[in-house]
Amino acid sequence: MNLTLTSSHRKFIRTSSLNFIRYAVLLILGLVFIVPFYWMVSTSFKTPGQAYLFPPTWIPDPVSVEAYKSLWGTSVPFNLFIRNTIVIVIFSVIGTLLSSTLVAFAFARLKWWGRDVWFIVLLATLMLPYQVVMIPVYVIFRKLGWLDTYLPLIVPTYLGNPFYIFLIRQFFLTIPNDLEDAARVDGANSLRILLQIFLPNSKPVLLTVMLFAFVAGWNDFFGPLLYLRKLEQMTVSVGLSMFAGYRSPNWPAITAASTLSILPIVVMFVLFQRYFVKGIVLTGMKG
Amino acid sequence: MDLPGTTGGHTRHSPFIGPARLRIKRRTLLSNLEGYAFAAPWLVGFFVFTLGPFFSSIWYSLHQWDMVTEMKFIGLFNYTRIFQNDIFWKSVQVTITYVVMSLPASLTLAMILAILVNQQNPLMMFFRGVFFLPSVTSGVAVAVLWRWLFNPEFGLINYALSWFDIQGPMWLASERWALPAIAIMSLWGVGSTMLIYLAGLQSVPQHLYEAAEIDGAGLMQRFWRVTLPMMSPTIFFTLIMGMIGALQVFTQAYVMTRGGPNFATYFYVLNLYEEAFVKFRMGYASAMAWILFVAVLVVTLLQFRIAGHWVYHEAEINR
Repeated sequence: MNLTLTSSHRKFIRTSSLNFIRYAVLLILGLVFIVPFYWMVSTSFKTPGQAYLFPPTWIPDPVSVEAYKSLWGTSVPFNLFIRNTIVIVIFSVIGTLLSSTLVAFAFARLKWWGRDVWFIVLLATLMLPYQVVMIPVYVIFRKLGWLDTYLPLIVPTYLGNPFYIFLIRQFFLTIPNDLEDAARVDGANSLRILLQIFLPNSKPVLLTVMLFAFVAGWNDFFGPLLYLRKLEQMTVSVGLSMFAGYRSPNWPAITAASTLSILPIVVMFVLFQRYFVKGIVLTGMKG
Repeated sequence: MDLPGTTGGHTRHSPFIGPARLRIKRRTLLSNLEGYAFAAPWLVGFFVFTLGPFFSSIWYSLHQWDMVTEMKFIGLFNYTRIFQNDIFWKSVQVTITYVVMSLPASLTLAMILAILVNQQNPLMMFFRGVFFLPSVTSGVAVAVLWRWLFNPEFGLINYALSWFDIQGPMWLASERWALPAIAIMSLWGVGSTMLIYLAGLQSVPQHLYEAAEIDGAGLMQRFWRVTLPMMSPTIFFTLIMGMIGALQVFTQAYVMTRGGPNFATYFYVLNLYEEAFVKFRMGYASAMAWILFVAVLVVTLLQFRIAGHWVYHEAEINR
């Protein structure tokens, strides 16, 4: 009796000291992960004079919004970049959701010749590095006369994304058959079944895909870099890289632009962290 | 029911199909049409933007072409030129060095973080968010921000080093430290790998730990003998994806260094991009893209072969 008490006692001491170490390490690592963000925001509220101080100051004094003001309609019209990016993202999120849902439904619930072979092909395309098709795709868009337009960035999203098709298909497979069968008996066609039964029951996966498509569109760098050349057409990501590429960079202004460029992502993240996590885990485990 | 050979071949193609069979035929035809109609967006995209380009990039790689003048067939000359090009080999070396520097470190860090946050309470949700957030923020913003952090004079990193009386290097301006700097930055993006490991940890059957504990296994032993083997398929998956990802690094190098100083961060895809869209050597760049494709394919297949030796599959003990 006495023996078991001491051993459980010892175990208690050990787990609580382990927990203490766990929290100490988490706190330090957490700080290391947070500090870059803090540093970005704090630099953005400094005056150029304050930014170039050694040792650096942690809290801007005075707090200056000059950097943010300088982004509006100057030589680098950041307000325009934000507007352009929003336009592209809206159209590409709509395209992704429309096309990927239709195709996922075909793979999950319709019977057609060669379906399973096509599904393997779809998975195989996930492994193909984009660089292999990049040049011919560029040539196609050039022949179509689509350079310096948003079409090369938007149109492909209406042709389904293998990754999201896979995600949605996996979710559709979990929806019970009886709902669909009942609707078929009532004479509903496939499109109605998709719209009235599958979509309302698939909100989590659709939200995940929407978030991923939003993030991918907002962060896309290679696409705009390749297809856009006019300054007034640029997106946030390319604009930011141009901005930071200057010989004598103005760090408060650059960090202000960076802060604005990640703000929508952070807001989405805070609101929908659960769905981000679900998406990563699903694709990670089964991809 | 007709037995084969008893009534002659022609009856199978008889025009007199009963109404029931006709209906079935019509129904399969309709369901085929429907299936292809729903899948059409992806099928069109696959042929136009994947399969077609896949083959035309082989075709381009056999030509000299600047997109303005006529294409000129030169056989495998692009490939021999690539293999004789020192810059090509430099970019291969940079890319491989980066993989070796960043991948083991980031997988290890991801595993440590996953183990640390593997508890169910609100505080852990917060920490998971903190570690995951950098991996969803844009590559450009991250690269720009780290350029500022790595600033030799006013950057935070050298300031932090100065607390320990260490004179920080020139980082991105130094031929020796630019690539390690990009590798260090990549550690900030381990959040998504952490989440994958976390899901893996949570799917390790609890009874295995209990059994190991009864057998007197300590904390470390439980990790090496239970956690790691059970997680090996997940680790294997992240290793392959990480390697493929690391072979395709572009944004960081483009934004932070443009490949410099003196090609110290001239990643393979940056080299490919500049050949194609700065120098407009489309044939040469297509050949480079194909070499990359073959490399990715070989790496993947090789890993699958090696995997048999160290990846543990649940199915094997169920036999």
